[in-house]
Amino acid sequence: MKKWYDYLWIASLTYLILGFFNILFAWLGLLCFFIPLIISVTRGTKGYCNRYCGRGQLFSLLGGRFGLSRKKDIPGWMKSKWFRYGFLIFFFVMFFQMLWNTWLVFAGARDLRQVVTLLWTFKLPWHWAYHGTLLHPGVAQFAFGFYSVMLTSTVLGLITMVLFKPRSWCVYCPMGTMTQLICKAKAR
Amino acid sequence: MGGTVRKKRKAVVEEGACVACGCCVKVCPKGAITIWKGVCARVSRERCVGCGKCARECPASVIEIQEEEA
Repeated sequence: MKKWYDYLWIASLTYLILGFFNILFAWLGLLCFFIPLIISVTRGTKGYCNRYCGRGQLFSLLGGRFGLSRKKDIPGWMKSKWFRYGFLIFFFVMFFQMLWNTWLVFAGARDLRQVVTLLWTFKLPWHWAYHGTLLHPGVAQFAFGFYSVMLTSTVLGLITMVLFKPRSWCVYCPMGTMTQLICKAKAR
Repeated sequence: MGGTVRKKRKAVVEEGACVACGCCVKVCPKGAITIWKGVCARVSRERCVGCGKCARECPASVIEIQEEEA
């Protein structure tokens, strides 16, 4: 019997699509950051991963039902603690760099850059998804930066979905690693 | 006559390497798996029938089907 939350992959897919039309929708992605953290801190569970993660469901669907996964074992190093924690730290550093760039725009030290940075390297022109805002350009800069984070992690997740098992992303997902650490600390 | 020992198959989770994603919980036909406090998956030995669905699904491949003496 399917529950309402089994359809959250639609929300994840919609989110990715909306970013192609209006970048300001990227702000909604903060839900995928705060909800897992709130659940792990208040309830001490990975309820978000276990039930509500639309991205995981999307990978499950594409890799499982649609057969886009080789369904091979993930390499040992990818599930090792040093890689998982290392990726979490790397992700954090890049996230704070993105926040810093946003701050520079807010402070007026830098102009708005209408680009989406894929895999922390490739700057894709994305001006078509920005139509101006009544708010400060920094609001848009954050949206571009945050969408870059979301798109990058989706691309990585899709690559490991194809190469290994559908939800291989879950093994090294920074949010998953972080919420598990919180749960471990609480379970002591 | 006799002499054959019936073996039971059970899913065993390598708890230290489990990421507690819950993929196994979703596919278990017997509802035998729970995520313990967001830390790792735990299999109920009473409910598990050793079908192996969880082991195939596990993205980290940390579930093994082991045979044990009944």
